Parts: sequence; C-alpha cells; structure tokens
Amino acid sequence: MAGDFDPAWVTELYRCMLRIRAFEEKAAELYQKGELPGFLHSSVGQEAVPVGVTAWLERDDLITSTHRGHGHILAKGADPARMFLELYGSEEGYNRGKGGSMHIMDFSIGVLGANGIVGGGVPIAVGAALSLQNRGSDRVVACFFGDGAVTTGAFHEGVNMAAIWDLPVLFVCENNQYAESTPHRTVDRARDLTVRAQGYGIPGEVVDGNDLFAVLEAARRAVERARRGGGPTLLECRTYRWYGHYIGDPAVYRSEEEVASWKARDPLGRVAGWLAERGALDEEGEARLRAEVQAEIEAAAAAGARGRRPAPESALEDVYAG
Amino acid sequence: MREALREALAEEMERDPSVFLLGEDIEDPMGGSYKVTLGLSTRFGRLRVRNAPISEAAIVGAGVGAAVTGSRPVVEVMYMDFLEIAMDQLVSQAAKIRYMSGGQVAVPLTVRCQGGPGRAAGPQHSQLLEAWFAHVPGLKVVVPSTPRDGKALLKAAIRDPDPVLFFEPNILYNSRGPVPDPEADEVAPLGKADVKRPGRDVTVVTYGAMVAMALEAAERLAREDGVAAEVIDLRTVSPWDRETVLASFRKTRALVVAHQAVRQGGMGAEIAATVYEEALDEVDVEIARVGARFAPTPFAPELERYVVPGAEEIVAAARETLERAGRLGAAVGR
Repeated sequence: MAGDFDPAWVTELYRCMLRIRAFEEKAAELYQKGELPGFLHSSVGQEAVPVGVTAWLERDDLITSTHRGHGHILAKGADPARMFLELYGSEEGYNRGKGGSMHIMDFSIGVLGANGIVGGGVPIAVGAALSLQNRGSDRVVACFFGDGAVTTGAFHEGVNMAAIWDLPVLFVCENNQYAESTPHRTVDRARDLTVRAQGYGIPGEVVDGNDLFAVLEAARRAVERARRGGGPTLLECRTYRWYGHYIGDPAVYRSEEEVASWKARDPLGRVAGWLAERGALDEEGEARLRAEVQAEIEAAAAAGARGRRPAPESALEDVYAG
Repeated sequence: MREALREALAEEMERDPSVFLLGEDIEDPMGGSYKVTLGLSTRFGRLRVRNAPISEAAIVGAGVGAAVTGSRPVVEVMYMDFLEIAMDQLVSQAAKIRYMSGGQVAVPLTVRCQGGPGRAAGPQHSQLLEAWFAHVPGLKVVVPSTPRDGKALLKAAIRDPDPVLFFEPNILYNSRGPVPDPEADEVAPLGKADVKRPGRDVTVVTYGAMVAMALEAAERLAREDGVAAEVIDLRTVSPWDRETVLASFRKTRALVVAHQAVRQGGMGAEIAATVYEEALDEVDVEIARVGARFAPTPFAPELERYVVPGAEEIVAAARETLERAGRLGAAVGR
C-alpha cells in the first residue's frame, strides 16, 4: 500500500513535516525568550496528520483548524514568514496583529481559520461545505479538531448536519490524548470514533496518526468520497503532542515513560526510513533537506521580528465591513 | 408584517442566487413556525430553503461558514431565546472573523429571530436580548416596527456585508401597513433611525413593538397635556443612530428611552448615558428610562403586564421629565 506513493512526492511531504517541526521549535524558542506575546500551542509530534490530509487537497479546497493550528496552516501552504509576523503581532502579519497564533487565517489558500474555541470550527466547516454543495462545486473541506472537541455539542451537531446532507467534509480528529490536562479516555466512553461515525450513519476510520502513510491512505479515501458527492467521513488519527498544552506547561499530568514511548514513534523518523529504504533520501540528502528547511524558518522568524508594529488606532479598523 | 418579510426574502433570493435560507421547520408545508417562509421552499427548492435539525449552534455556525465562503445565508432561529444556544458562533465566530482576520473576509450572515413578550409564552420564549448583542462589536442588531420597515430593513440586512441579527417582534406579525412594490426595491439603510412622529417638547427613543406604544403615548400626551413628543424609532439598535437622537434631544431637552427588554443593563442605559455625556453643556438634562422590571418574563398575562412596560409607562416617564424641568402643564412653552 505505502509502496504506491511516488518517493519524490513523499520527499516533498517530508519537507513539509520538517517545516512544521522547525516552525514549532523556533516559535517555542522565541516564546521562551519572551519575544512572542500571548499563548503558544505546539503541534510537535503531530506532523503526519496535517501533511497526510492536505496532501490530497487543492489550493481552493478549504480547511478549518484549531488553537494548535500551525501545522494545518503550513501544510495548506501558508507563508511561514507571515505566520511569524502574526505571532509577533505585526501589521504585516496574516491578521494584521489582531488574531495571533490561535486565529491565523489565509482565505486566499482556503485557510478559514485557526480557532480559539474548542469545537468552534466544526459548524463553520459544515457551512463552508454547504456553500460548496449549493454551488455544485467539487471542492472539499477538511475540518481539523482535537479529541477535546469530540465532547462538545458543536461537534455532534456539525457532524450530524454534514451527514444528513452528504456534505463534502473530512472530519479529522487529531487525538493527541489530552484535552489540556484531561486524558481523553477519562471523558469519553466510546473507545474510538468509528462508533460515533456509525451513530451518524457515515464511514469512520481510526488510523495511526504518527504514520504518514496510514493517514495518506485514509485521507485519500475520505477526500475521494467527499469529492464525488458521497458525503463526510470521520477520521480519528491517534497521535501525541510532545510538549504540554501550551509552551511552558510542565505537563505534570503525564509520565516521562509515556512521553518517551511516543517520541520513539516520531512521525518524521518513519518517513525518513521509508525514503531511505527506497534510496530516495540518503544521510547527506536528509541533512541537506533539514538545513534548507531550517534556513527557511530562520529567515521567516527573522522577518517576523522585523515586522512593523501596528498603529494603535488600527485596533478600531475592520470591526465592520460596511 | 409577515407577508412583508416573506416578500423581502423572496425578492432577495430572486435577485441574488447566493442567498439561501436555513432553519428549523422552515420548509413547506410548515413554512416556518410563524409562517414567514411559507411557500419559499416550493418556489425556490429545498437546496435554497433547507430544513435543519434542532441544532442552533450548528445552524448559526453553518451560516458563518457559508457566509465566509461566498454565500449570503439567512438563518432562522425560531425564538430569540434560542440564540443562547448559539452564542459561541454568534459572538466569538461571526462577530469576530472579519476583525481577527485583519479584514481578509466579510461575514454577510443574517440571523432572523422572532420573540418578545405579549403572548404569555413564558420565561423561555419571551425574552428580548438585543442589549446582549449590542454589547458585541462586529454584530449589527435590527428591530423593525412596521411592515414597510420590516421589508426594507430585511433587504438591507441580507445585502449587508456584516452579521446582522434581525429581531422580528412577534406581536407585530399580524400588523398591517403599506409595503413598497417589488419594483421599488426599497432598502432602508442600517444604522439610521426614523422619526415616526415629530415633536418639540420631549424625545421618546424606542424601537420594535414599543414604537406603536410610544405613538399611542405621544397621542395621549398631546391630548391630555398639550405636549408634543417626538418619537424616534431606532430601527437599528446597534450601531445606533446617535446623530438623530442627539439632534432631537438638543431640540426638546427631555428624553425618554423606552424598551420592553429588562431595564437593567439595557439599551436605555446606553442611550441615556450617551446623551448625558454629549449634552452636559445643555441647560437642563432630563432623562428617564422605561424598561421591564428585573424579572424573567412570567407566564400569567397579568404578571407579564406588570413586568413589561407599555404606553402607560412612557406617558408617565415623559410627564416626569417635563415636570422635573418645570415644563409640564402651564410651563410648557407654546
């Protein structure tokens, strides 16, 4: 199955995973130095999910994201420099300094927004899909959310609505095991989301969210189904965030052994291994790729630091359009 | 009023293919719990007039998602009270997406609700919550008082690039009045008040179902006290028309703000305080607020009537302001 994929294409996906990792590590570093205001939620360890899903999306397909959204947004093709500009609260940032990490949006590439409210993006994704269906479009919407969103009303209402109208949505649960500090297994009796999918009368799959190829396979089925008018699919991607809920969270609610066991299953290592087996990426190539990505992210971060501070009065702009 | 609103929906759907309706029980043969959408699904089909499950958060949220992707959704939430279930989608999503995206996108969403007291519908089906939403930057709040305004304001709401809450006073659905022809395509500007009755002695600012009561009160004041009350219908509660209200106050130097919503923390407080701040240099500043007593809207009609004010209370408040100013009775300058 995994052998079906073109190694050159997978190398590009791997580059994207490396970019997300480097972006998150750099942002965390800057945050810890006190350079970035607000909160920062890192998606290190979860890179296979956004890359595996967006691999099948076109530029004008849409996504909704979460407070832990840097990975989704980068995978959809956003400019890391404009993201850093936003993290710094600059005038040239994606949101002109009014959104920050939790609200990055780029409508030009279909990023309908990271979202500070857990579950808040689910109905929005459904409405976007409704818009597409009304228009007879074959575009699709990927709706990313965490395990925490699965216990919200907005999730249930939204998935049900997409199901009854066969809307073109992929509901992608990034189950990173914890809603802030609360283990998912303690707040949800359903052992996996396929049970819920059954309840809504739609297909559902549980996949290893640390395995890019497993995510790719499942997402391909879901995207194809949505594109041909077959309706939504619920994917649960089991993964893990290496850091706490936010940068600075000591994450006392989980054990070192648990963290170590997930780090041993680093999604990056698996892809590098796959590429090496096929002779597509040797050690030298790997080092070069990492250096390229690192240089790109360093430049993006430096651009962020040089951003123009917004004029205070601009706080009153864009409250209304007209 | 009901037909006027239906005409506005039909004309806008006809005019703009991106306009569609979403809500509970809005399809035929039901045609909406209050029959505003009757006939529209038959005429425009079930893709453009869609019955939703009972899921207010998802209904409003889907409206947000559709609005930011090129559609002009008109969402019906059966009772204003039920907006409480959709607060996140209204307040944290719809109201803020344009702002927090740095102006990347508009949210041309219209949310229609009906509600208000007067039908013994009890504490969970009679609330007037406009002040909650007027407190949120990014939302617009519109309340019509006549069929003509209902049609012209709803058309404006649908064409507006921002999220608009359109609150239809339930007790006005059967009200009658002239309505412009479809050819006239009359659109009332949002944010602009309408002087429903000119006068020089006291300004009564109100909106929605209370406009008729204010006009009745003005009639009584004229007859019984020789007082000429100017009745201003705000029409848009947020952003509200400060210029019209202040200009009227500068003329009359007495103000009554009247609404059926609870007085505490209501629009009356906002308008009274604004007028006070802006008119500190006036010789005499006389302001009174009329609003519901601080209780949920009760069921029994006599209890409801005790809590919610009407024309009587407006008359009393107008007399009180003029009395304090020494301008009631003989003192009223002619």
